[in-house]
Amino acid sequence: MNAHAAESHKNYLNETYGLKSWLLSLDHKRIGIMYLITISAFFILGGIFASFIRIELLTPKGDLFEAETYNRIFTMHGVVMIFFFLIPSIPAVLGNFLLPLMLGTRDVAFPRLNLLSFYLYGFGGTFTMLAIVLGGVDTGWTFYTPYSSTYSNSFVALALVGVFINGFSSILTGVNFIVTIHKMRAPGLTWFRLPLFVWAHYATSLLQVLGTPVVAITLLLVVFERVFNIGIFNPTLGGDPVLMQHLFWFYSHPAVYIMILPGFGVISEVIACFARRRIFGYSFIAFSSLAIAILGFFVWGHHMFVSGQSTYAGMVFSFLTFLVAVPSAIKIFNWAFTMYKGSVQLDSPMLYALGFMGLFTIGGLTGLVCATLGVVVHIHDTYFVVAHFHYVMVGGMVMAFLCGVHFWWPKITGRMYSESMGKLSVTLIYAGFNLTFLPQFVVGYLGMPRRYHTYPEEYQALNIMSTAGSSVLGLGFGLTFVYLIWSLFKGEKATANPYKAKGLEWEGMDSPPIAHNFIDIPVVMEEAYAYGPDHHGDPDPKKSSDPAKEKEVV
Amino acid sequence: MSDHHILPLKTYFLIFGALIFGTFLTVAVTYVDLGWFNTPLALLIAGTKATLVILYFMHVKYSHKLVGLFAFTGFFFIIILLALTLQDYYTRGWQEPLPVDFLDLGQNLK
Amino acid sequence: MVIQILKSPQTQLRRKKLSDTAQTVGRQHHFETAEQQYESATLGMWAFIAQEILFFGGLFGGYCVYRNLYTDAFRAASSLLDIPLGTFNTVVLIGSSLTMALAVRCAQQGRPKAIISWILATLALGSVFLVVKYFEYSHKWHDNLVPGASFEWNHPEFVNVFGGNVKIFFSFYFVMTGMHALHMVIGAFLMFWLIYKVMRGQINEHYYTPVENMGLYWHFVDIVWIFLFPLLYLIG
Repeated sequence: MNAHAAESHKNYLNETYGLKSWLLSLDHKRIGIMYLITISAFFILGGIFASFIRIELLTPKGDLFEAETYNRIFTMHGVVMIFFFLIPSIPAVLGNFLLPLMLGTRDVAFPRLNLLSFYLYGFGGTFTMLAIVLGGVDTGWTFYTPYSSTYSNSFVALALVGVFINGFSSILTGVNFIVTIHKMRAPGLTWFRLPLFVWAHYATSLLQVLGTPVVAITLLLVVFERVFNIGIFNPTLGGDPVLMQHLFWFYSHPAVYIMILPGFGVISEVIACFARRRIFGYSFIAFSSLAIAILGFFVWGHHMFVSGQSTYAGMVFSFLTFLVAVPSAIKIFNWAFTMYKGSVQLDSPMLYALGFMGLFTIGGLTGLVCATLGVVVHIHDTYFVVAHFHYVMVGGMVMAFLCGVHFWWPKITGRMYSESMGKLSVTLIYAGFNLTFLPQFVVGYLGMPRRYHTYPEEYQALNIMSTAGSSVLGLGFGLTFVYLIWSLFKGEKATANPYKAKGLEWEGMDSPPIAHNFIDIPVVMEEAYAYGPDHHGDPDPKKSSDPAKEKEVV
Repeated sequence: MSDHHILPLKTYFLIFGALIFGTFLTVAVTYVDLGWFNTPLALLIAGTKATLVILYFMHVKYSHKLVGLFAFTGFFFIIILLALTLQDYYTRGWQEPLPVDFLDLGQNLK
Repeated sequence: MVIQILKSPQTQLRRKKLSDTAQTVGRQHHFETAEQQYESATLGMWAFIAQEILFFGGLFGGYCVYRNLYTDAFRAASSLLDIPLGTFNTVVLIGSSLTMALAVRCAQQGRPKAIISWILATLALGSVFLVVKYFEYSHKWHDNLVPGASFEWNHPEFVNVFGGNVKIFFSFYFVMTGMHALHMVIGAFLMFWLIYKVMRGQINEHYYTPVENMGLYWHFVDIVWIFLFPLLYLIG
């Protein structure tokens, strides 16, 4: 189909050279690569903070750090990992790179805005790094008032300005993706022929656009409170700290869905490919992504059950939280049914995807435990909650991110990584992760509080297990970095479609793609995931006809 | 090209007139004591004015339905923010107060 | 997935449209048609406005909570705001929305001089608004009602009103109207940029998306004020 040889054809990587051609690039693929480099750097930084936490918690006494310092460490771990690693991760790297390719178009709707998003992310990151270097923040990544607004002696305002600026990066990326998906689809590519990766990013973008501004104004108010003492969160003036929590979690709960929905998108693609079957219940997965996005805005109070919020409000939020678990569960069932009677190939991306399914299920179910009003009084602010969110964020999203990076690595870089190394690292990550966080469920349920650097003697064994696990986990991540970077120089050159996957990015271009993605815009005539003999063509025969007669692009 | 329905001048001036009328109406109504209804009425007038601006000045009435959906979505989620936050404050008084003496910091929490 | 690397109808259409230079003013390469670009820009602007609605929404949310908790204090504080001045400003801002809408209409008709006149009118009215706001703010500053170190509540005629609660009202007043004013200032800069574009001949009746989007932004700023005015100034 494409006359180019797999050898060094002109592609987006070698089309132009020089730092300026990268830093000022409007090419969504180059922007995705730049994001990949920066978020990896933030991941390493966040990981360093994590290792300090785990080393301190090896012993019951607070002997490595002062309490003040420990507060700064876990705060910076949270801030860096959430705002500068997880929230951008898949959308900024894989979303940017792949969405135009999957949609059959040449770039996102607003390429200059895309570059601006990247620089806002960098700019925001710089402010936050400055706060870290000057000594950090000790309020917890949740910046609760009145501690953050009045009493803390750390660089709160500086860190918040960084997070605020970074928020606009997120918003503009969301705007870009929403318009791109609505308006830039290739002829014949109707909504229900889209890869589920696209649906997932659409839902994520809704969350980014509608949720982020609320936390933006909230953090700005905390800065004003701190700098000008305006009093709105100050109890001595009648201010209500719980109001800040309402406004903060109105975003931060949808934020956790920003930190998982793109992962769902990746998993759908990978499972379909490596089970060689179309996704079971395509429209259920598509609609469940939207349902999670919408319902996700209704449940934020479950972070505030013991804050002083009214019990009746707690009941409302608890009920709604149980509802939002349903669409996520639907996806897990659908992925499992996709594999049933498929011919499953256990390549590394598939191993990551299987790991994701198990770990996310545990994370999700323990989320329901946390959503139960009676139970949460006992486990709130204990390591049970910490374990829950690490299962969904690391066992879920980070696994999904690595899954996607591995799956699309040949397409993005034109190189193959070592499959045996891939299998080794996913095993290390999976084993290390469970050893780190499973004990935390136990120790949390037994009562060990979070954000404390000391704990009673009887929890030490479990903490030692956890720290041991984190070393294995770190080794797994480190190994991944090493062999992926190694593959850039010594990896076998990739063919256009090494996994024989379906999709415009695989079947419509070489690895790596040319700068303008397609020589001519493709015309799409079939459903997504047309794998194997048991896929059926589009159920509506009329749809496969002349795409020029399609209704206007909505 | 699409939308490009050019509205007659008269429409713009009519809407402007309605908006000014609404402004004076909302000021006038402030001085009439309608009890609890004053605030919802003010919001109703403001909402009507905003709707006129959105439909006519911002051309949403003459645009694709998707544009209207985007406009509606923003307001919908503000309603959610307000509704679910306020339901916390409204229901705080429904419980028996805790058997500890709290300082009444002007919050009238009971 | 069967993909046909054909000359899609869109590609053929683009080849034909390239000859119509008027329609390619400002068209960017990654769009297939000018229509697609226009619709994308409009949707993008609306997505941005939806975001702005939520941005101010957080402030409205906080304001609503405290107004319900401290009704008397809020009423007392609001009575210190100048209603005639606020009404005047509302009329001025609605007027500027009208002039902006008329600027967009002239853009649809391809009349550059008229566009510039209406944009200047909008700028003038917006400036009047900001000047009035400046006087209101400085008045409050002299009365020690700006939250911060200088805040002082000295109105014993309001019985049972706690100064801290009044300070909260004024915090919201200044942050909300201040954010609104900031958006107006940004809008003013954008309008100068727009006038520049019109003067350079980059706007015509086939391509006036920047003017239209400026209009959307400005109308949004107007809508925020439409809600701010009764909520802040007109508490019974």
